[in-house]
Amino acid sequence: MIKPVYSKGKLAAKTGNEVMAEAMRQIEPDVVAAYPITPATEIVQIFSQFVADGKVKTEFVAVESEHSAMSATLAASAAGARAMTGTSSQGLCLMWEMLNIAAGLRLPVVMAEVNRAISAPLNIHGDQSDAMGARDTGWIQIYSENSQEAYDNMIQAIRIAEKAKLPAMVTTDGFIISHCMEVVETYPDEDVKKFIGEYKPERYLLDTKKPYTMGSIELQDYYFEHRWQLAQAMRDAKKIAVDVAADFAKTFGRQYDLYEKYKLDDAEIAIVVIGSTAGTTKVVVDNLREKGIKAGLLKVRVFRPFPVEEIAKDLAKVKAIAVLDRADSCSGAFAPLYSDVASALFANGITSPKVVNYVYGLGGREIAPNHIAEVYDDLGKIAAGTQKASAEVNYINVRIK
Amino acid sequence: MSAKMIEVRWHGRGGQGAKTAALLFAQAVMATGKYIQAFPEYGPERMGAPVQSFNRISDNPITIHSGVTNPNYVVILDPTLMETVNVAEGVSKEGKVIVNTSFSAEEIAKQLGIDKSQVFVVNAGQIATETIGKNIPNTPMLGALVKVIGNLDINGVLEDTKKKLSVKFAKKPEVIEGNLTSIKRAYDEVKNA
Repeated sequence: MIKPVYSKGKLAAKTGNEVMAEAMRQIEPDVVAAYPITPATEIVQIFSQFVADGKVKTEFVAVESEHSAMSATLAASAAGARAMTGTSSQGLCLMWEMLNIAAGLRLPVVMAEVNRAISAPLNIHGDQSDAMGARDTGWIQIYSENSQEAYDNMIQAIRIAEKAKLPAMVTTDGFIISHCMEVVETYPDEDVKKFIGEYKPERYLLDTKKPYTMGSIELQDYYFEHRWQLAQAMRDAKKIAVDVAADFAKTFGRQYDLYEKYKLDDAEIAIVVIGSTAGTTKVVVDNLREKGIKAGLLKVRVFRPFPVEEIAKDLAKVKAIAVLDRADSCSGAFAPLYSDVASALFANGITSPKVVNYVYGLGGREIAPNHIAEVYDDLGKIAAGTQKASAEVNYINVRIK
Repeated sequence: MSAKMIEVRWHGRGGQGAKTAALLFAQAVMATGKYIQAFPEYGPERMGAPVQSFNRISDNPITIHSGVTNPNYVVILDPTLMETVNVAEGVSKEGKVIVNTSFSAEEIAKQLGIDKSQVFVVNAGQIATETIGKNIPNTPMLGALVKVIGNLDINGVLEDTKKKLSVKFAKKPEVIEGNLTSIKRAYDEVKNA
C-alpha cells in the first residue's frame, strides 16, 4: 500500500509536466514570462491556466520568443521579483545568449526545463543535449530521475538559487518523465511557501533608495574579477545545495544529495548516469546483485556545480566505471558527463578505475534493461582484465556503418 | 520484469481514447493502493491512426522508465487493428489479449495465432452505445481489463472513476452514470469463450 512520506503529504497521479506546473503554482513567483509553444511543453501552459483561473497572483508575460522569455524573466528578477520560466529543446537554444546574462548578473531565475533533442534533424524526444549545451553558462543544473524528484527539485531550486545568487534549471527527460503519469506526493501550499520563504533580494533595480547599475561595461579592469566571482559562486553553490537538501529532508522527509549512490559502496563495477535512465539502471543493478555480481550506480542529480571531490572519492574503489551520456558533444573527444567524471578522478589522483564512455538514447532512442545489462557485462570483463577498456566513445543501440 | 509488476499495452486509433484509458486506469488502480505508470506512445497524434499507450502496476515503487515490450495484458479497442498491427507482439504464452469484438475468443485466437486460453472478448462498442450513447469503447474496456487481471478491486476502480468523471462532467450527471454502468457491464460480460 502506498503511503505519503510527509505527514501532511497528498498522493496523486501526475505527469512530470503537471507536477512541475504544480510546484510553480505553490511557489507562486511574482513574474513568469514564457513562450509556450512546441518545442516547449505543457508546463507554462498549465501554469498560465492557474493565472487565468486566479489561483496565483503571478504576473504572466506572454512574449514572442524564448529569447524574449529569458530577457523578460531576468529583467523581472533584476527589478526585484521572484521570476520563473520554462522551456525545452530549441527554446533553450534560443535563450542561450540571455542564459549567460542571467548568470552574469547573478539573478536567481528558476526554470523548468524538459530535456528534449535539438535540431537538426527535427526531433522532440527525450535527450539531454539541450541542457548539456547550456552546462557552462553559469546556471545551476539539477536533473530529475522521476516526477517526484522534479517536484522536490523545483522547490529546492528556489532556495538554492536565491542563496547562491545564481539562476537554476530543473530538468526532466522529455516524454519519458514529462508525459509519464506516476504517483507523486505533493505537500500543502502553505508548507511549500514556508519552506521557500519570502524573496528578499539584497540589491534590486527598483530599490530607489539604493540605486545601482547592472550589466555595465567592464573591460580589462574589472570583467575578470566578476567572472571569477561567478565561477566561485558556482563552487560555493555546492554546499548550499547540500544544506537545502538537508533542510528539505528535515521538513518533508525525502533525502537528496548532490548525487545518489545506489548499491555503490561495495561495487566493483558501476554506471554513472543522469536522469530517468538511472531508474531503469536500478532494476538492472538489482538483477545483477541477485546473481552475486557487485554492480552499483551513481546518479548525478546536481550536475552544475559538479561534485568533483565527492564523486572522485565515491568512485575510487570501483574497478570499472561506465559513464552514460544522453548527449554527444561532437567534440572529437568525449561526451560531457564522462569528461567531468574522468577529470574529477584524475585531478584527485585516482587513476586505478578503468573509465569508459557510452552515448545512448539520442532523440528518444530506447534504452532498455538489456542495453544496460550489456554495459555491465562489458564492465565485468574490463574489471576482470579480459576486455580492454575502450578509449573511444561507445554507442548504445545505434546502427553504425 | 519482476514477477509482481504488471505491464499493459493498449491499442487504439487516434481519437478513440487509448491514452485517456491508460491514464484513467492508472489513476483508478492507484486509488486502490498500488504504484502506477501510464504513458502514451510518443508519436504524432493523428485521428484514426494506430496508437498505443502503456501501464505499469506494482505493489512496489516503479523505477523502470524504458518502453513496455513484453506486456502481460494487451487491450485492443478497435478490432480492425488486428489486420494491420501485430497486436500480439511480445506477448508470452502467459500473456492475455482482451479484444473489443462481437467475435468469439476462439475466432480471435485463430486470427492472432495464439492460444484460445489467452484471448478474452467483450462487445465494448455495443455496451458503450447502449450505456453512454456513443461508440467509445475505452471506458468499458477498463472494466474488462480489471476483471481479466483478477486481483484488482472493481469497486475501488468504479469509485475513483466516478470521482474523476464527476469533475469532468459536473453538468452532465447522465454521462457519469452511463460510463460507470459500461464499466460494470464489461466487467461482467468479458469472457474467454
